[in-house]
Amino acid sequence: MQEQFNVSIFTEDQIGMLNRVSIIFNRRHINIESITASASEVEGVHRYTIVVSCTEDLVKKVVGQLDKQVDVVKAFYHRNDQIVQQEIALYKLPTKTLVEAKMVETLIRSHGARIISIEPEFTIVEKTGHKEETQQLFQELKPFGLLEFVRSGRVVITKPMKEFRTVMEEVEEAARKCIGSGAS
Amino acid sequence: MSTTVTTEKRTMTGAEAVVHCLLEEQVDVLFGYPGGAIMPVYDALYDHRDTMHHILCRHEQGAIHAAQGYARASGKVGVCLATSGPGAANLITGIADAQIDSTPVVCITGQVASHLLGTDAFQETDVVGISMPVTKWNIQVTSAEDIPAALSKAFFIARSGRPGPVLVDITKDAQFGKLDFQYKRCELVRSYVPVPQPDTDQIARAAELINKAERPYVLFGQGVLLGEAEQEFRAFVEKAGIPSAWTIMGLSALPTEHPLNVGMLGMHGGYGPNLLTNECDVLIAVGMRFDDRVTGDLKRYATQAKVVHLEIDPAEIDKNVKADVAVLGDCKTTLSLLTEQLEERSHPEWLQRFRDCQAEEDAEVVKDELYPDEAKMISMGEVIRWVSEKTAGEAIIVTDVGQHQMVAQRYYNYARWRSNITSGGLGTMGFALPAALGAKFGAPDREVVAVIGDGGFQMTIQELGTVFQTQTRLKILILNNEFLGMVRQWQELFFDKRYSFTEMTNPDFQTIAKGYHITAEKVTKREDLEAAVERFVKHEGSYLLEVLVGKENNVFPMVPTGASVSEVRLK
Repeated sequence: MQEQFNVSIFTEDQIGMLNRVSIIFNRRHINIESITASASEVEGVHRYTIVVSCTEDLVKKVVGQLDKQVDVVKAFYHRNDQIVQQEIALYKLPTKTLVEAKMVETLIRSHGARIISIEPEFTIVEKTGHKEETQQLFQELKPFGLLEFVRSGRVVITKPMKEFRTVMEEVEEAARKCIGSGAS
Repeated sequence: MSTTVTTEKRTMTGAEAVVHCLLEEQVDVLFGYPGGAIMPVYDALYDHRDTMHHILCRHEQGAIHAAQGYARASGKVGVCLATSGPGAANLITGIADAQIDSTPVVCITGQVASHLLGTDAFQETDVVGISMPVTKWNIQVTSAEDIPAALSKAFFIARSGRPGPVLVDITKDAQFGKLDFQYKRCELVRSYVPVPQPDTDQIARAAELINKAERPYVLFGQGVLLGEAEQEFRAFVEKAGIPSAWTIMGLSALPTEHPLNVGMLGMHGGYGPNLLTNECDVLIAVGMRFDDRVTGDLKRYATQAKVVHLEIDPAEIDKNVKADVAVLGDCKTTLSLLTEQLEERSHPEWLQRFRDCQAEEDAEVVKDELYPDEAKMISMGEVIRWVSEKTAGEAIIVTDVGQHQMVAQRYYNYARWRSNITSGGLGTMGFALPAALGAKFGAPDREVVAVIGDGGFQMTIQELGTVFQTQTRLKILILNNEFLGMVRQWQELFFDKRYSFTEMTNPDFQTIAKGYHITAEKVTKREDLEAAVERFVKHEGSYLLEVLVGKENNVFPMVPTGASVSEVRLK
């Protein structure tokens, strides 16, 4: 059964990691629905959040193959009910319409969006939320001469209470245990 | 990265540092091909030409296959050098081969100067990008001071855990740059756990399953060889009295003649080993990965059995066949722990089933292959039978890919550990000649016989030049059926005998060998075969023996693609 999964990958901050990570999805012909990458809470470690739809069997294998990459500290996957997620969307509108059509202001208020920049020619509105919510605002702003729209990938916080720092210590400990075991 | 410091600081160029890193890693043989972007390293090598044996191959693909052959024969890391652009790109097939067959290889490639990166400079190719899907790890180094750390990490990653190929791409300016050289041998990469710790509960569960089993069956792969677990594996199967079959990568981990060695798995494996996979009650996979050529249709593969999987790579667990008990770790360790908990047992009736199947296979297939009717042309099997006899099963057999590969592995009597070198996972034609050359450098005291088809031979035939220049004692057996035999067999069986571009018009291989000053002989008649093989084996230098074999012989048994192992065909 196809389901949506949130794959979190913690890697060393190195050139080429995105390529190494994405190759594993490409090989299995899995479409990346959204991707975000940035520094994690641990210095020198990057966090990728990749949203995919596939079977659990497949995501499990992919996570195993991600995990075995030398510079991947750890990879996980979570169902949507195991995470709290958010996306951010920005909307560029002509400042003129904002002044003329009072409806736009109502829309921004009712969606809990906010204005983050006003220039003589354009105004930038920001809305964070789930994809359906940012999409809804997009649909509703469209008739008012929306100039540009952009949406980020999903960022995800997992509900399980284990800290990544602890996971990382465990990995490092396991790596340390291999010293002198014939592995080197 | 944790490390052990082994040298005092010395100022030198990046290129000299490359050579010093190789010395620190005790590399005494390397394979390569010079070119513009790697010239500084070659210049540094010149000062060490007496201690570090560089083998000039005739093509970079030859260099990497030779490095693979060296690694497989010696158990050490194979090293190859190539220049940027075409040189680096020519390595890719061998890197992919090493990746899928878990062979420890370090490839060092030259790269254009860092200020030219990304500009489509002369002989620039993004080899880090190209090789990324087929390397265990790779890196580009753009400054001299980063060279020692990159190379020590490369060697550590290549050889540790499940081995594999790594590539270190070094820009020309980094080779010319200066650094204070100090080598720190890498022992730890914080994000990388080469060997998972064995779980004692899983071992106890595995032991319980095996102790209770009526019809246990062991499948062993290259993990046993890579884990150097010869004694541990033998002790394990002997104590529990379990019939054991090999994947082509696991071949020679247990002698062919061992009473519990029941033969080969897979598409052209034995009748019993395939058929009885679906009759065992406990299937114990040791250091193997359930390749599709081994399993056939997964939906009808050993569904009746409890599966115990001993494996170093967690990503292999449940990848193809679901394990009831997964024992992670290095099999040298896990096999010992497991054997301690096993009861001494034997399974004579169950083992007899394998012997009965073998008798059936002998009558239907083996007899004709090893002792064909006088009227028939020479078969590949009888050539291998003679080679096996004349070398007393003591040689390292390096095979290429195709019918001859299956026949050599089926019929050579492997008496010694680590004696089979082949391209298993990737099926790379052209592998054998350079790999055999490398194997001879990796195991100079052993007889190395390359068994090659007429097709594969011509894919890397230029390496005869390397054999000649290095005066390597290599035995090259060409089993010539004037066809791309395995493809032709499939065309016969599955494509209505439409022999689409598989017939070969071959050159005179003896004349070619003569051009390289290699003694050569061609056999076309059965009565000349034994004496020719005798000369081939006894000859002091390199020797090329070409044997003309039946054009349209087939390899059986066979599990056709998509069929179940129980549908193994004897004809």
